[in-house]
Amino acid sequence: MEKIKISKDEVTHVAHLARLEFGEAETEKFTAQLNGILRYMDKLNEVDTNGVEPVTHAIARKNAFREDAVNASLPPEASLANAPESRGGCFLVPKVIE
Amino acid sequence: MELNELTIHELLDRLRAGETSSAEITASVFGRIDAVEKEVHAYITLMRETALAEAEAADERIRKGEMGALTGIPIALKDIFCTKGVRTTCGSRILENFVPPYDATVVTKLRAAGAVFTGKTNMDEFAMGSSTENSFFGATRNPWDRDRIPGGSSGGSAAAVAADECIAALGSDTGGSIRQPAALCGVVGLKPTYGRISRFGLVAFASSLDQIGPFTKDVEDCAILMNVLAGYDPRESTSVPEEVPDYRRFLSQGIESWKVGIPKEYFIAGIDPEVEAAVRRAIRVVEGAGAKCIEVSLPHTEYCLAVYYIVAPAEASSNLARYDGVKYGFRSGEGRDLLEMYKKTRAAGFGAEVKRRIMIGTYALSSGYYDAYYKKASQVRGLIKRDFDEAFTKCDVILTPTTPTPAFRIGEKTDDPMQMYLSDILTISTNLAGIPGISVPCGFTAAGLPVGVQFLAGHFQEGRLLQFASAYEKHAQIEKRRPTL
Repeated sequence: MEKIKISKDEVTHVAHLARLEFGEAETEKFTAQLNGILRYMDKLNEVDTNGVEPVTHAIARKNAFREDAVNASLPPEASLANAPESRGGCFLVPKVIE
Repeated sequence: MELNELTIHELLDRLRAGETSSAEITASVFGRIDAVEKEVHAYITLMRETALAEAEAADERIRKGEMGALTGIPIALKDIFCTKGVRTTCGSRILENFVPPYDATVVTKLRAAGAVFTGKTNMDEFAMGSSTENSFFGATRNPWDRDRIPGGSSGGSAAAVAADECIAALGSDTGGSIRQPAALCGVVGLKPTYGRISRFGLVAFASSLDQIGPFTKDVEDCAILMNVLAGYDPRESTSVPEEVPDYRRFLSQGIESWKVGIPKEYFIAGIDPEVEAAVRRAIRVVEGAGAKCIEVSLPHTEYCLAVYYIVAPAEASSNLARYDGVKYGFRSGEGRDLLEMYKKTRAAGFGAEVKRRIMIGTYALSSGYYDAYYKKASQVRGLIKRDFDEAFTKCDVILTPTTPTPAFRIGEKTDDPMQMYLSDILTISTNLAGIPGISVPCGFTAAGLPVGVQFLAGHFQEGRLLQFASAYEKHAQIEKRRPTL
């Protein structure tokens, strides 16, 4: 039996964090696939990374500043044009509080 | 030869000489699309009417003597680039009806150079995939064998160029998504240095790895497009203010006494024998052109896939948080409150591979696992980058196969994510290190499937890379074949 890296309950929890939801069969399938993928990642433990600086960008630019000047931006109508629902110049969403 | 089969430089010569018009070229391209698109399915959205109008406007400019770098040339765009007023789906249901209010910088630049846009090409959803089977709009087929995949994620762009359904195309490459389909479809595909081309208006997948690049019929066309696309963009803070040379100038320079690194780790078990044989022939070709091949080592190669499938999903899980059914795109009508609406929208809007990667990324970044996965992967990424830095002290360019196998069959790997991921094993290190890489056709298998050879160079060495690729192309004299469609 191969080691379980992530349980079905954890898959459901991570899905909640990611704002996703799965049915029973999908949860089963994802749990099996994610375990396979995460087991493969264990390969990285073979590498000694003591004292190695993490690289998050291969070509890291620092402080890409620009002048603090007002530039053209999208007009509100264009920004709202793709919204599933909007009203009065605002994005409309389902009720957040009772 | 039909007009749609010609290269950019051949067509520009004819346009300059007044031997043809953009209207004729564009009509020829759409004639081809009408004839073969049903079989290939390279496009998600065609831009026929605007293309014909743009062609007429190009002809008007040519008559006035205002010829730009690409005036009148029909070019296809991967459906990941925002196009003002033309829907941009990224291959996803969640963006099925998204119509961007602005153009990506690369689209603005092509427009300014006079290009005619044929349409938006098919792709794996959010560029996640290696076969274009993950598109919400159905798979693209390889023009050389319609039972096979064209590669991915930019499979539509590669297939459109190979099938002469455009003259050239743009794609994006996060782990091989330009070079792998270019190899499998028998065209030239370049992933430039990270930061060389502005990503403004490119729908983000993994922001530290994504880079835009061209698909072309030959190396000279690739240089022509790079001259238009490269450069700093004040709207994109990771684009680099490095001078842009005239890439065409490098093309006829030769490669006498260049040192070519052959990394032993790239000729691994699992490489298809016909692919290996074609790449070994390419090694002899560059030696015949005066280059000297030496063995180099990239010792952390075997860890690239694991690093990539932590880093890319981690960045994707963050980037794709924006698809929430509020500002644009699909919204599920089922949720009773905001949280339910988010979940139902994303569950119905994303396909399986995208969900899988969001899950891996969310897990790898979550409390308690961050150090073991994301931090560890970023450290090994540092070692991978160091491998390349050291190799390039010994050689000018590195030569490898682009893919381990020729194009595989549709459906062959869809049920096994790890098998699918392995098809990118020779291209992802380039993105992790941020260096440029190009795939150039290097022959065919006995069954008539194209094979690609990959050349890599140090940061911002696109000029030298194109110089090497053009010398290879000239000396190899790969037989000119076209897919029978």
